[in-house]
Order: sequence, then structure tokens, then C-alpha cells
Amino acid sequence: MKDKRTVLEYEPSQKRGRYGVFGGQYVPETLMNALRELEEAYEACKNDPGFQQELSRLFAEYAGRPSLLYYAERLTQKLGGAKIYLKREDLNHTGSHKINNVLGQALLAVKMGKKRIIAETGAGQHGVATATAAALFGLECKVFMGREDTERQALNVFRMNLLGAAVQAVDSGTATLKDAVNEAMREWTARVDDTFYVLGSVMGPHPYPMMVRDFQSIIGKEVKEQIRLQTGRLPDCLIACVGGGSNAMGLFHPFIEDPEVRMIGVEAAGKGVDTPEHAATITKGSVGVFHGMKSYFLQDDEGQIMPVYSISAGLDYPGIGPEHAWLYDTGRAEYACATDQEAVEAFQLLAVTEGIIPAIESAHAVAHAVKLAPEMSSGQIIVINLSGRGDKDVAQIAQYMEVASHER
Amino acid sequence: MNAKTNRIDQKFQQKLAQGKKALITFITAGDPDLETTRRLVMAMEEAGADLVELGVPYSDPIAEGPVIQAANTRALKNDVRIDRLFELVSDLRTNPNPSLKTEIPLLFLLYVNCILQYGKAKFFDKCVEKGIDGLIIPDLPYEESEEIAEEAVRTGIRLIRLVAPSSNARIETIAGEAEGFLYCVSSLGVTGTRSSFSTDFRDFFGRINRFKSAPCAVGFGISSPEQVRELKEYCDGIIVGSAVVQRIAEAESPDQAVVSIGKFVKSLREALDQ
Repeated sequence: MKDKRTVLEYEPSQKRGRYGVFGGQYVPETLMNALRELEEAYEACKNDPGFQQELSRLFAEYAGRPSLLYYAERLTQKLGGAKIYLKREDLNHTGSHKINNVLGQALLAVKMGKKRIIAETGAGQHGVATATAAALFGLECKVFMGREDTERQALNVFRMNLLGAAVQAVDSGTATLKDAVNEAMREWTARVDDTFYVLGSVMGPHPYPMMVRDFQSIIGKEVKEQIRLQTGRLPDCLIACVGGGSNAMGLFHPFIEDPEVRMIGVEAAGKGVDTPEHAATITKGSVGVFHGMKSYFLQDDEGQIMPVYSISAGLDYPGIGPEHAWLYDTGRAEYACATDQEAVEAFQLLAVTEGIIPAIESAHAVAHAVKLAPEMSSGQIIVINLSGRGDKDVAQIAQYMEVASHER
Repeated sequence: MNAKTNRIDQKFQQKLAQGKKALITFITAGDPDLETTRRLVMAMEEAGADLVELGVPYSDPIAEGPVIQAANTRALKNDVRIDRLFELVSDLRTNPNPSLKTEIPLLFLLYVNCILQYGKAKFFDKCVEKGIDGLIIPDLPYEESEEIAEEAVRTGIRLIRLVAPSSNARIETIAGEAEGFLYCVSSLGVTGTRSSFSTDFRDFFGRINRFKSAPCAVGFGISSPEQVRELKEYCDGIIVGSAVVQRIAEAESPDQAVVSIGKFVKSLREALDQ
């Protein structure tokens, strides 16, 4: 891969809402004051011990935190190399890391006096988490989901409805996650007065990338404490899947200042990065502006956003959060990718070796560990963020395996 | 063309001197095809449009409602590349046949990523060379506009600033730096026709007119001569987009679209001049 990085040494960015050249607030004028109000409200809550206490209580008593850090001994033996630990975000209430961010934002929405929240969703995990928080706080909730995703994740649509949320299928564009974001932003533009947009990843205009990162960084903070308790030291390597990048950022962020810890984000290579069907933004993309932020995107030479593909609806996104772009450019984090096939194999491997069925998104991270662990020594430690559980994916994987076995 | 003789400025000066308001119409370039776009520009001018906005088709037009989104999709299927739009503009400026040549102010409405990928400096140089007078960039708010504004200053292309009813105190800053004209978004939400407006226009335009450094034009949701009559007292110009694009979509042929748009623009002109 050609090195397209512009800065080669990590330094924290100093400018408000920027990570090096990345980030910013590229949104219609109608939303600018709403973003400013959101930023001010968030800053106030961030420094308010009462807010933080309430959030900690929700994390502990409602979401089931801290999530476990589990030594995957049989997987470690099978791969024969570094010791593998799994951060079990799949055990959270609603089955993924998404609840961390959603509880934070929903609580903020309540503090801001908003009665209605909206969200976009890909796989449905963020939509389910948002619908859950809406039920918990008594808020009206509407979730935008690409038509194609409502079909491949029909069960999650039903879950959201059960939780009292309205799900609007999005037919525009490619009818997937990016179009759900477009539609949520359009809706927010129309109802900016009474509506809070609960964005699901470390993307979009400032302050979302910062705010979502802060709420998700509970993952990395817990890992730091847990791994020290269990092993007496920091891990050698962190691995997480990246679509927009929230579970990865949540794991990475507390370790940025620990240069001995390698950080690897794993993108979806779909049918292969040399085919048109993938979602490997950093591997194949270029710098541009989309969805309110400057970052890396899969786009053509005139800036049209390209259709992306992955077996995983949650990674099926043509961009990546701006702080990831910065971590990549500065060399602090590395970005790899895993194909559908590799992810499905890792999905099965984790099921049979550890009795854990991961989300197909998280299986991309496991797939990279499968490649990396044997190259490392048994004295070294890898932490994989198991960002979600795989129940939602079982039917689709069965279908994939059926097709794959016929093709053989 | 230089900064002093921009066609947008000249047109507004001329309208103000005549005690008239400007009519600005929008079409998505390449919908249904580029030849029809060329004919529509000429037809709209003949029917009384003073300025024309050409929407550059984009994969993800987040400021647009369903009507213009659909037009973008249709145009993209026609492989409308930016260089082909520049050629279209160049032809409108230099066609040897006087009935196919126009000096009407032309603006591109496009998303900032298109400019960045084309290359900022190259894009602005092409605008000057081919005959574009201004740019409307819906996802480029004031705070992010510096790198683009520098090019606008260098080349004399007008960067059209936008204010919305939710802008509140921001109006002072933005209106104070307006050039060409100030685009006043009539109401919250994306583009598309609205049956009525809930914005307090007296208050909104009161602030705008106190601070503006260029004429102001109102757009978003204006679709009928009645609405033109309702809004014209507040501002120096009226912008109509989705209602034009909708008529193009409904027409059975390009010929019929040209006739239909001519009639519609004429009705807007008459409402504006009454």
C-alpha cells in the first residue's frame, strides 16, 4: 500500500474540533447553532460531577459495566502465539458497546430539555441501543435505517419497534448506513428546535467525534485497569474493528500516551480490497469532506462518495472518524483489513474454541488476531475488543455459508 | 472579469436602480440531460429570470429534499462530470449564435468535497475562464470557509453566504461578510416546497437588513406566485428551485419541460413585478 500519510509523528491536536487537518463542522448553516449549543451543554456536563455520577450509575446498574476482560485460553492455544484477551462488550445490555455512547447522549438530551431523539443505524445495534435509552428516559424516538439493512437485520427492526421506536426505512442513494446518516441529518435540519440527534459513532461534525469518544473511552479505561490486575502490565497490542470507529476509539484512546501499546483498527475488506466491493476506507480511500467532517473517504476523483460493501452492515460505511484519520496519519495507530471470508471463519473459530458467538463486525477484529497472534511470542498480550454479540448475524452467516459451500 | 465587474453585482445594481427585485431560479445540471439544461437556462432568462443557479449533481446532497435528490440521481446516471458542466457554461458564454449566448449571472450550487477533489485553485480558475460568477456551497458554514474564501477573493468569484432562521446572533457576522448576495434560508429543513412558513420574517429580515453587506435573496420552499408576493417585500430577490425541478421531472419530454418552465418562470416574474 502506498503511504499517503502527511504527518509522521503523533501529537495531540490543539485546535477546537480538529485532529490535525481532520474533523471540523461541515454542515448546513441551519445546524450550526445547534452544534454550538450541544458543545456547550456537553462541556458543562463533562465537568459536572452530578452528571458523571448519574452516568456511572447507569453504566453499573443498567448496562452491566464494567464488562469482563476474559483470557481466551483455548483460542490462544489454537493460534499458538500471543495471549489473547477479549473485552466483552457483547455482554453489555443490548448486546454491544453502542449502549455506552447512547446512555451518555440520552442523558445529555434530557439535561438539554429535549423530548425527542433520532438516530441512524447500520446493523441496528446503535438503533436498538437508542430505542432502549428512549424507553428508559421516556423520550420519543425515530431511527433511520437503510432499506437494505432493514431487510438483512429484520430482527433488530422488530426489537426497535418493541421498544417503542419508529423505524424509517431509507430508500435514497445506496439504501445503507451512509444514506441513513444523510436522512437523519436532513430530519435534524427540519426539527433542530425539539430534536436531539444521537449520532452513533466517532464521526460527523464536532462535537460528536469528541463526545462519542469520551463516552466510549470507558472501554479502554476498564481494559487498562483489568489487564494490570490480571497480568501486572499493559497489553502489547489492541485490536478492534472500524466502520465509523467508535468501539476502536473507545478502546484506543486511554492508551494513546502509552507508546509501547500497538493499536490496530481492522476495516472491512468485503470481497477483497482489489475488488470494488469493500469498505476499507483508510486502506483505499483519500482525504475529503463528507457527513460534516474532513477525513478519509472512499470517493471518486470528483468527490462523489462511492458505494461500499461488507457482509457486516455495521462496517458498511464509506468514511472513518476524523481522530482515526489523525491516528493513522501520525502513525500512532495502524489500520488493516479483513475480508468477509476471513471474518466468517473467525466468527466460527471463536464459537467453537470459546463458546462465544461474536458480532460479524467484531469477527473482523478476531480475524486480524488470527493472522497476528502466531507471529508474536507467548509472553505477549493482545486485547481484542469484542464489540458486540452475534445473535443478530446467525441467519445471515448461515446463508453465507450455504452459498459459499455451493460455490466450492 | 475581475472583482469589480462581477455579473451578479451588476445584475443586482441594475435591479435596484430599476426599483425591482431579482428572480433567481435553480435547476440541477444534466437533468434530464445537458442539452436540455442549456435550453432551460435560455428559456428561464427569456421568461424573466435574472440569475440562474446550476446544481452540480452529487451522490449525497444532504441539504436537499426528495425532489432535488431525485434530480441529482437522474443527472448522475447521465455521467455529468464537472468538466462537462464547465464546457456547457463556456458554450453559453461564447456561442457564435447570439440567440444561444447569454450574459445572465450563473452560479454553481455544489458540495465542498467536489471543489476540494477537483483542486481548489484549478476549480476557481476554471470558473473565471468558463464564465461562472458565484458559488453556493450548502455544507460550508462560515467557520469552515476560510480556505475557499481565499480563492474567491483571489479570483473575484462570489462565495454566496447563507443565513437561516436558526442563525440568530450569527446573522451579524455572516451578513456582514456577504458578497454577491446573501442567501436567506426561509425556514428550517431541507429544500422542497412548503405550503406555509412559520418563520417570523419581519424579525428575521429585520436583523439581516441591519447587517447585510450585499443584497439579500430568500429561498427554500418557495413554489408559487402567491408565495412570491408574500415574501418579496422583505428582500431583494427570490430563489425558486424544487418547484422548477419538479416541473422538469413531470414533463413528458425535454421540449415540454422547456415550455412548462418558461410559463412557470413568467408567472413568478409577473408576481415579483406586480
